[in-house]
Amino acid sequence: MSVARALAGRIAELARALDGRAVRLMEVCGSHTMAIARHGIRDMLPGNVRLLSGPGCPVCVTEPGYVDAALALARRGVGIATFGDMLRVPGSDGSLASARAEGAVVRAVYSPARALELAAAEPDRPWVMLAVGFETTAAPLAALALEIRRRGVGNLALLCAPKRVPPALDALVADPELAVDGFLCPAHVSAIIGARAYEPYARDHGRPCVVASFEPLDVLHGLAGLLEQIVAGEARVDNRYARVVRPEGNPAARRVMAEVFEAADARWRGLGTLPRSGLRLRESFADLDAERVHGVAVQPGREPPGCRCGEVLAGRTEPEDCPLFDRTCTPAHPVGPCMVSSEGSCAAAWKYRGSQGRKS
Amino acid sequence: MKRITLAHGGGGLEMRRLVEEEILPRFGEGPLRDLPDAAILPPLSGAPVVSTDGFVVQPLEFPGGNIGHLAVHGTVNDVAVGGGRPRWLTLGMVLEEGLPFDVLGRVLDAVAGAARACGVKVVAGDTKVVPRGACDGMALTTTGIGEAIPGLALGPRRCRPGDRVLVSGSIGDHGAAVLCAREGFERGPDSDTAPVHRLVAAGAALGAAVRFLRDPTRGGVATVLHELAEAGGVGVRIDESAVPVAAATRAVADILGLDLLQVACEGRVVAVCAAEAADALLGSWRSLPEGRGAAVVGEITDTAGRVVLETALGGRRVLLPPAGELLPRIC
Repeated sequence: MSVARALAGRIAELARALDGRAVRLMEVCGSHTMAIARHGIRDMLPGNVRLLSGPGCPVCVTEPGYVDAALALARRGVGIATFGDMLRVPGSDGSLASARAEGAVVRAVYSPARALELAAAEPDRPWVMLAVGFETTAAPLAALALEIRRRGVGNLALLCAPKRVPPALDALVADPELAVDGFLCPAHVSAIIGARAYEPYARDHGRPCVVASFEPLDVLHGLAGLLEQIVAGEARVDNRYARVVRPEGNPAARRVMAEVFEAADARWRGLGTLPRSGLRLRESFADLDAERVHGVAVQPGREPPGCRCGEVLAGRTEPEDCPLFDRTCTPAHPVGPCMVSSEGSCAAAWKYRGSQGRKS
Repeated sequence: MKRITLAHGGGGLEMRRLVEEEILPRFGEGPLRDLPDAAILPPLSGAPVVSTDGFVVQPLEFPGGNIGHLAVHGTVNDVAVGGGRPRWLTLGMVLEEGLPFDVLGRVLDAVAGAARACGVKVVAGDTKVVPRGACDGMALTTTGIGEAIPGLALGPRRCRPGDRVLVSGSIGDHGAAVLCAREGFERGPDSDTAPVHRLVAAGAALGAAVRFLRDPTRGGVATVLHELAEAGGVGVRIDESAVPVAAATRAVADILGLDLLQVACEGRVVAVCAAEAADALLGSWRSLPEGRGAAVVGEITDTAGRVVLETALGGRRVLLPPAGELLPRIC
């Protein structure tokens, strides 16, 4: 593919212009992690350009106690509708997949709207939609809440833990140990929050930001854009996905989210509690809050011993440096969330870079 | 709507009528005619090649086929890639109480039609009915018996560095079709469920130049290549841009976040053959309708156990077999 070769050549040329300086670029979003791994992009980069995976995999940053709360509901006979990634995330005592094998009603869905059909098909069973994800997912989850209300559905609630990307970036740039020279900013999340959301990281923290899509050529184009800024000594927001992402984002989606959710402090696996980084249902939607409806509470939970997902998420550790990687923790038997989600750094490293000793 | 009841498995009048009305009209020629306890088959012309497989799928019917097609093709294909010419088939059915008769009829039509198209006869069978909830609609088991094709000598240990890797058509269509049907997507791809015995026979004409044949079902092409690399003590290099993929299947894979190299096919063959025979194998495959989309996709290397994908973009990555179930992603 000649365009790809040209872009790889451009990246190599920019890397040479760094005069031997090594740079670390963080792809914030899990879908970028996947695209980079799947298309072998690491293999196309010069040795002095390193990629780090950021906290942008929704399953990975969800705390273990959330799974425990979902398990408690499932074991009580509540039907669980969930995105597939959550199925195998280990809680303190089993996963939703193991609960399903024991007879719990757990259904993987591709869209929150599917939960309405499940609840309608079994009107006598209480159902809960596991509401995790970033802004991209929070918008349809908010739409789901409005639709539940509009149709008067009485047996469907949300176990809420959606998260916002900017507060996580705020926490990252505030960490003096974080050696990141630029951010490859998310595609779909940016479509909602807008490219302008990254301006503080460029302006106040001197980190170049490039918004790029998940298409492999766009990823290369985005990485080239980051290197161009670094070589030129600049730091600004460069929107290279302008065909979808507007500077102001999607105000209609944000209105729906604001109608249903409000910002709240939230716990992130690996990053701790971050102010206003999560979304919770507004008081007027309390009757759809699974924690209140079913009397469960999401506790912090216990992270698996030895698991370094937290450090991986913060970009401080490579998956291969975790003592569990490819030993007790594999995609078939994941210990930590970064191995469960197909977007997780550890799963991507295992799947696409090869397991232990085969790092390319 | 007429439905299966427990009485249909009870050995009495209802069961007799089920057999007379649904089984005999479709399979009553040949050894099954007088419903013997066991079929006596004529001698085979080569060593017997036997394979057995169980089939469960949801939904039972999907674009491009149903569980009946799978039950015939799955077993016939295993006999074929095992180096056999398929001749006979047995069919065991476990039916769930409440199964509509018209679904059963369509599945049995599929079994009969697919068997005829493969040149195999259903020579023995069994039907059981289980209470509602004890199985998901129906489960089928087929055993296939074939005779070894002279001149074919297959096995991963026969693969040598420099040999070529071929696939007989677009990959992942079956898995994508079933996932679409399960998720209620309106227009997904059709399953590729089909027999591969003619593709194998075409390979047999090339004799020892054909080293390895396998049908990439569960786990897809990635799993086959891994088993080949591990059992054969060789490596495999695949050129992603050469791998045939149907447009509709690619779209589904992008939406659902699937890696098509890990998705099941039900009518394809992965072959390894000597480099000098690759054009001949490709040509004879492409002259068959079921091999029209065949392509050379890579070669055998000397890095034992390692399967490397050269991506269309120009990068490289290690290709691993899938782990766990195929799961939809959040975003």
